[in-house]
Amino acid sequence: MPRIRTGIEEGRMNTHNAPLLSVRDLKTYFMMDEGVVKAVDGVSFDVHAGQIFGIVGESGCGKSVTVKSVLRIVEAPGKIVQGQILLRRSRQDGTSGEEELDLAGLDAHGQEIRSIRGGHIALIPQEPMTSFSPVHTIGDQIIEAIMLHQSIDRKAARNLARDMLKDVGVPMPERRLDEYSWQLSGGLRQRAIIAMALSCNPRLLIADEPTTAVDVTTQAQVLRLLRQLQHERNSAIIFITHDLGVIAQMASFVMVMYLGLVMEQGPVDDIFHAPKHPYTQALLRSIPSVSSQPRVSLPTISGSIPHPFNKPSGCPFHPRCIKRMPGRCDARTPALQAVGEEQRVSCFLYHDVEVSE
Amino acid sequence: MTSPSKTPLLEVRNLRKYFPIQKGFFKKTIGNVRAVDDVSLFVEDGETLGLVGESGCGKTTTSRCVVRAIAPSSGQMLFRTGEGQVVDLASLDRAALRPLRPQMQMIFQDPFGSLNPRMNLFEIVGEPLLVNGLASRKQRTDQVAELLQLVGMRPEYMQRFPHAFSGGQRQRIGIARALSVHPRLVVADEPVSALDVSVQAQILNLLLDLQKRLNLTYIFVAHNLSVVKHICDRVAVMYVGKLVEIAKTGELFHQPRHPYTAALMAAVPVADPRVQSGNIELKGEVPSPANPPSGCYFHPRCTYAAEVCRTQPPDFREISPGHFVACHLAEEIELPGISLT
Amino acid sequence: MADEIQDASAPPSELSSKGEERVSVASNWKLVWWRFRKNRLAVASAIVLLMFYAVVLVPDFFSNQDPEATDAALAFIPMQRISFFGKTGFNPSVPDVVGKRNTITLKMEWARNETARIPIALFVRGYKYKVLDLFETDIHLIDAKDPKSKGRPHFLGTDRLGRDQWSRMMFGTRTSMTVGLVAVVLSTILGVLLGGISGYFGGWLDMVIQRAIELLQSLPTIPIWLMMTAALPQDWRPDRVFLAITIILALIGWTTLAREIRGRFLSLREEDFIVAAELAGCSHLRIILRHMVPSFTSHIIAASTLAIPVMIISETSLSFLGLGIRPPAISWGVLLQEAQNIQTVALAPWLMFPGLVVIIAVLAFNLVGDGLRDAADPYGH
Repeated sequence: MPRIRTGIEEGRMNTHNAPLLSVRDLKTYFMMDEGVVKAVDGVSFDVHAGQIFGIVGESGCGKSVTVKSVLRIVEAPGKIVQGQILLRRSRQDGTSGEEELDLAGLDAHGQEIRSIRGGHIALIPQEPMTSFSPVHTIGDQIIEAIMLHQSIDRKAARNLARDMLKDVGVPMPERRLDEYSWQLSGGLRQRAIIAMALSCNPRLLIADEPTTAVDVTTQAQVLRLLRQLQHERNSAIIFITHDLGVIAQMASFVMVMYLGLVMEQGPVDDIFHAPKHPYTQALLRSIPSVSSQPRVSLPTISGSIPHPFNKPSGCPFHPRCIKRMPGRCDARTPALQAVGEEQRVSCFLYHDVEVSE
Repeated sequence: MTSPSKTPLLEVRNLRKYFPIQKGFFKKTIGNVRAVDDVSLFVEDGETLGLVGESGCGKTTTSRCVVRAIAPSSGQMLFRTGEGQVVDLASLDRAALRPLRPQMQMIFQDPFGSLNPRMNLFEIVGEPLLVNGLASRKQRTDQVAELLQLVGMRPEYMQRFPHAFSGGQRQRIGIARALSVHPRLVVADEPVSALDVSVQAQILNLLLDLQKRLNLTYIFVAHNLSVVKHICDRVAVMYVGKLVEIAKTGELFHQPRHPYTAALMAAVPVADPRVQSGNIELKGEVPSPANPPSGCYFHPRCTYAAEVCRTQPPDFREISPGHFVACHLAEEIELPGISLT
Repeated sequence: MADEIQDASAPPSELSSKGEERVSVASNWKLVWWRFRKNRLAVASAIVLLMFYAVVLVPDFFSNQDPEATDAALAFIPMQRISFFGKTGFNPSVPDVVGKRNTITLKMEWARNETARIPIALFVRGYKYKVLDLFETDIHLIDAKDPKSKGRPHFLGTDRLGRDQWSRMMFGTRTSMTVGLVAVVLSTILGVLLGGISGYFGGWLDMVIQRAIELLQSLPTIPIWLMMTAALPQDWRPDRVFLAITIILALIGWTTLAREIRGRFLSLREEDFIVAAELAGCSHLRIILRHMVPSFTSHIIAASTLAIPVMIISETSLSFLGLGIRPPAISWGVLLQEAQNIQTVALAPWLMFPGLVVIIAVLAFNLVGDGLRDAADPYGH
């Protein structure tokens, strides 16, 4: 008899505190020769302390660009053209209390954002293969990360690194510190990356498709590890994936994106058992699951994801939406509005509010 | 393995594929990567056999051996041709193989690497027809148009090049190419793994539909168990080059008899937040096929491992009709499967 | 299902625009050309190269005097400036110079003849010559208006033997650019052949060829050149020497390309579309010619274009040292030989002008080659 997940209620409780990260109407555009790609076109969401916030969507939806914008590592010709990324942290000037810092306004190469990257907000990247430098040992790289953000000496940093490797379940951590990334298997490398990300005890962890490149049994291990670490340290995680199963197992709060816009947001149970947006509904229907009927046609979403240069007018999903209303959905873009206690959706089926320019 | 009731379309016996590890100036062989290590299975007409496992298990190598994209090191691959003859594909040389090639085709995983970017659709889909002398140019044009329509593409796109199409459309083109020579066996090597979620369903539906229409037999290689459960009649599970279990899909998922299979099932994240997956914790890492453990390859990670598992490799035996497993303790252990919700 | 089939190939509410249509039926070469066109620097350099090769085709058209005619009385005339306006309006001309040897320094001094100037014009009749051995003509690009005038224009001056540098430059261009091109073509053929065999078939053949390449590459090039060219018989005719130099350069230069081609073959062999071609029943030959070679043709062209300046500089250096093309044949290196001494540098610096031309040619080739390489792989290999 499978156990019922216990994290769902936590998702509801946390949202009553002030958010740790608050993204407001973020727009990140890429100015290419052939035109402007509006990778992120007005995205807003809040992440609370200790919450696992899932961002799910298919290719071209802008989920990676969104978190890269938060960390200010969007590659040229991409640029944040509008919006705020408000990070809540304790005051840096010595006085007590908290302050809100707009990351979008910082210099992308400046001292301020660099002290936040790795320290306050850490990234677990997608490819464990290429995330470590092949010419430095694992230990060197983790120690470097530690010493960048904490003023401790090398010996103390090494001890900390070793403890981190132990925490993430790497066997023989003392020996591994002196090994190179290519000497480790995929699963161990992924754990080492997590160790490096957690070494400075960040309040917010961003995991960008951390298990896409690993096997399913390794994925189960990594997900379990992340859940455990998150629980122990009460850090928030933004978890990006295209795999709905992983989202269902990990996240307490989910945001569904499509072509740079938020389609729906809400607690994970609402999203999976009471989805409001036609895209979310269609997506959930179309995935084969181990409990569905075999060998029958799956309900599909007609058409394919349009090229980013050819974004549809109005609601980006309307050309493929079975519930579209001609004259409305193709002319105006719906804004994200509340439809439940914590669920929000951008669809004219539920409200009539347009996006303001 | 006991033989099936009538001659299967393909019967693989003791298939082995070893890749030598060479070192030194003169390339001396110091060991072998045992990519496929004594695999025996069969595929009946019109069925879909799934081949699952994690990286390094040998499923891709097996599938490539079957279509003779690579030559096996040893073993037999008995294929029943259209004329009713049974030939051993493993023993044929290139010239003898050529006339049989149209009967077994492959669909590839990477939609971007499986089409020659410098050829247009007509040339790509029509090439198998051209090379086998099966149709004149006019006939090819007609047949390519028909094939494109069959896979859900507009025939007017024949002059276009692959770069104009999305991943899902390219997979359709690849499927059209494979079907152009009317194969009887189609090996699909992870055909939907590289596609977006919403497109996967379209391609899976297409594959199911084509199977019904054209009476195709599929070997479906995948690592996504939900997809495999949806589309396969029987499933074979591989681990480090060996087969650990084969059974009908429903039976495999609900009553697995091998601990690895059970762990694999349990590891699949269920798309329902009310159900927790990952209940079986599998420790350790997948061993390297160049240096596998002694006895049963799975024993270092198996919670049920006994002394015999460390010393003796298990036989691949039939534990119930049609259900084969390679485990010394299969009769004694009770394993959890996926429950029906 | 029917609904879905219809919609599967394009979003239903959108018809392909004309632009999209054009791009989708564009073959690889079209795409490469479009990308190349966007690179202004590369296009400009390509135009420069075209001008150079126009000179290669008909050097007689561009020159206006016999490049080998010597006249000690005309030695060391400096470059003459063209003035475009005379007393009677637009009247391009060069000054007529009169030489007089300074009796004390023994240096030839050239004074302008104030009374007369040599008017020049475009497309003037001059000496007769054959175009590509096909037909005869006597039109030259730029020359004195009056074909019978005694004073001749010397746009780039003359050397110590009184030979007109402008005309010699044209013929030198022909030799140097041709050697570069032919040597690269030869080494490309060798490289593709041997690299292809090595990469496609593998095994012991691959091993033998690879070791041979390593051997050749570890030999020091300059001493090898010197050895081989010094071994050429002194009494050979200039065009034989020319051929021999070209072959020598090709035999040394093929190894780099062979290695790259082999690498390409090795990586291409694993590509799914090659496997698909094998499964379709394609023969080895068809796979190589139809599937593999087109994949790197643009790369070969880019690599070859970048190899030409290396050949040009090799030939120029060899000839400069007196070991390559020898007088009376003319190449940039031979021209630069005249500038090898202090006397020249101090007193007749215009004789170093061929050096500038070498720089321009090499730069142009490099820019075009880079542009081709950037444009060549829209698929990011």
